[in-house]
Amino acid sequence: MVAHLLRLKLLLLRNSLRRSTAQLIGVILGGLYGLGILSFLVVGLVFLGSADVELIRTVLVIGGSAAVLGWIIIPIAATGIDMTLDPARFVTFAIPMRQLLTGLVLGGLLGVPGVVTLIAALAQVTTWIRYPAAALAALVCGLVAVLLCVVASRLVTTAVSSMTGSRRFKDVNGIVAFIPLIFLGPIVGGVTAGFQNSPGFAASLADVLAWTPLGALWAAPADIAAGNPALAAVRFLIGALTLVLFLVLWSRTLSHALVTPPYNAVAKRAGGKIGWFGRFPATPAGAVAARALTYWFRDPRYFASLVVIPFLAVLLYFSGGGSDGAFAFLGPATAFLLAWSIAADISYDNTAFSLHVSTGVTGRDDRLGRAAALLVFALPVTLVFTVLPLLLTGRTEDLPVMLGLAIGVLLTGAGLSSVVSARYTYNVPLPGESAFKTPPGTSFTMFAVQMVGWLVTVLLVLPEITLAIVYFVTGRAVFGWLTLLAGVVLGVILLVVGIRTGGRWYDRRAPELLLSVSANR
Amino acid sequence: MPPPSDANDAQAGPGTAALSIRGLAKRFGEKIAVNGVHLEVPPGSFYGLVGPNGAGKTTTLSMATGLLRPDFGQALVHGVDVWARPLEAKKLMGILPDGVRLFDRLTGEQLVTYAGLLRGMDRETVVERTRDLLRALDLTNDAGTLVVDYSAGMTKKIALASALIHAPRLLVLDEPFESVDPVSAANIRDILGGYVQSGGSVIVSSHVMDLVQRMCDHVAVIAAGTVLAAGTVDEVRGDATLEDRFVELVGGRTTSEGLSWLRTS
Repeated sequence: MVAHLLRLKLLLLRNSLRRSTAQLIGVILGGLYGLGILSFLVVGLVFLGSADVELIRTVLVIGGSAAVLGWIIIPIAATGIDMTLDPARFVTFAIPMRQLLTGLVLGGLLGVPGVVTLIAALAQVTTWIRYPAAALAALVCGLVAVLLCVVASRLVTTAVSSMTGSRRFKDVNGIVAFIPLIFLGPIVGGVTAGFQNSPGFAASLADVLAWTPLGALWAAPADIAAGNPALAAVRFLIGALTLVLFLVLWSRTLSHALVTPPYNAVAKRAGGKIGWFGRFPATPAGAVAARALTYWFRDPRYFASLVVIPFLAVLLYFSGGGSDGAFAFLGPATAFLLAWSIAADISYDNTAFSLHVSTGVTGRDDRLGRAAALLVFALPVTLVFTVLPLLLTGRTEDLPVMLGLAIGVLLTGAGLSSVVSARYTYNVPLPGESAFKTPPGTSFTMFAVQMVGWLVTVLLVLPEITLAIVYFVTGRAVFGWLTLLAGVVLGVILLVVGIRTGGRWYDRRAPELLLSVSANR
Repeated sequence: MPPPSDANDAQAGPGTAALSIRGLAKRFGEKIAVNGVHLEVPPGSFYGLVGPNGAGKTTTLSMATGLLRPDFGQALVHGVDVWARPLEAKKLMGILPDGVRLFDRLTGEQLVTYAGLLRGMDRETVVERTRDLLRALDLTNDAGTLVVDYSAGMTKKIALASALIHAPRLLVLDEPFESVDPVSAANIRDILGGYVQSGGSVIVSSHVMDLVQRMCDHVAVIAAGTVLAAGTVDEVRGDATLEDRFVELVGGRTTSEGLSWLRTS
């Protein structure tokens, strides 16, 4: 039975790759990336062996704790990240609980994160090679720790999925839980700064972690190497008991989940409120805009990109060295992100797009509506985000040049997106899925289209960029105003051209677009 | 339910078929899904399209309605070529596709409104007809609920409402009764019956022979991408029931000897 589950997982993986070559290339690239990180890790761990015990211990405990924490947190943030072996699918088969658990744990190991964690855990044996007893302990503790990772992550997934009966909870959770991940950069930055400021900080952090289930198993070999086997035994017990506790909890939640099908409680609501449809003009383009704007706030896949925007400000402020550096470019950066967010609009519609095809919406109306919905909120947000940093830093003389850049990027990008989304579709999270789920084998086409698209955006706003550079070099205000003029005029022209070109493409290819989005399901 | 609008289309003379499918064909890779289908749906008829799973019903209807580009052949709606003049042809049709998503983050009311506005109708008419449709399909109490939270049958009904809102002259319905409860199905049958009486034309695909025999006046049997028989229901079925005739045409009945182990005694 356990072998069946493993074979099932491999078969699902293989079949999902068979469907498209682009996906296969994506997986290979992802695999190479993983392999790069892995070899870096292994080499690092081997070399770490020549350091003194105290340093090895600090590095292993902190790194190991981070790995365990990652296995716990990531599934919460991305509900449904890997549901190929979703327990709910086994409800109708009478599989004994013990075998189901074993199968799910081993299935969790099969996959890039599982393999990387396992190999890294084994590599720490070589780190301790100078202390044979510690190396043996590292082997045992490492394997238990990997099991702990998988079981903890499965426990969290099962617990969360039994809570996610209601669609609303799923929608909100997918976004809220992601916010700490956005701050991962600053957090890591802060911790690094802590290391640099006080050398004792890392060691004392490791001391604390070594007593928690996160780090206990990683600290035990170090205790043996330092000649304290009793302490090592205690730490091993902490880790092993946690594993047992998690296993029991998981088995409980799983058997509960298996007999409790998800139930979506929905209150009946009478009509009368048609929202944006009542505010936009009653034309096809107006309707498309109203629908798109409704989706920006109601579909978590769109809403997620809205939520990220304010955090971008915080992120730029901290990573860009305070208020003088990158922070000043918040406006253009926001404009860039927002403008690109409609480049996959039709892919996000999925087959719901058939309504546009069957009602005979013209390409111009479709493109115009989507761009209008974006600009309705993107323009004010961009303006505020451009003006605010400059006001805060008192650089009001730079207002024209920054406004020119931001408006130019926003309008040009929206025009380009209007063309791109009428021409290319790619695998995106399906309606109802987590916004941060990457579909199996992130498509190579998506990557290529995005890279080329960004390059083209830069080329198209080159006039504004050139004028801005001239302004910053010469410091003459006239070039700032010229940038603003160029941004507005060229932006509007390119937006119109983009909507027209995209519209013509759409008119010719709407059925083909529908066919290609229906391949992603 | 508004009567079908009389668009003064010069070409749509009295003799023109509501839907004329001429040699439509489509292949996906190695598989020929539809192999030269000819069908004539007379105006004012209630036309049933029946066939086993994978016979090519959905593919045929998708090509006839402008959703899927055919490899060969032509489809005319009241004389208007669907692939040469798509925008005009689509104005004449109301389409309920099968197996596609809806914009399900809209409320039911918003979705029907959206379909109406996309058709270029004015707001007052859209609001009025949306209310009528929701009442006729017994969805008034759920009008403000998101479509994603609807049951399968409710989803089918709201999609049907979106197809009806512009009072088309031809309705193309792919599996309209799937997972719809008996009461709603009877209501839908009444609506469609009234629509045909007032001069509209309907083509439905279905697996349910009984339903087609009672409801439709014309029927076509399609299997493996080819039309096996077409005509009035009485012509096609002869003396037998439609179901017997269908099984005879399509074949593939296995005797129940096969699963001897399934018998409990």
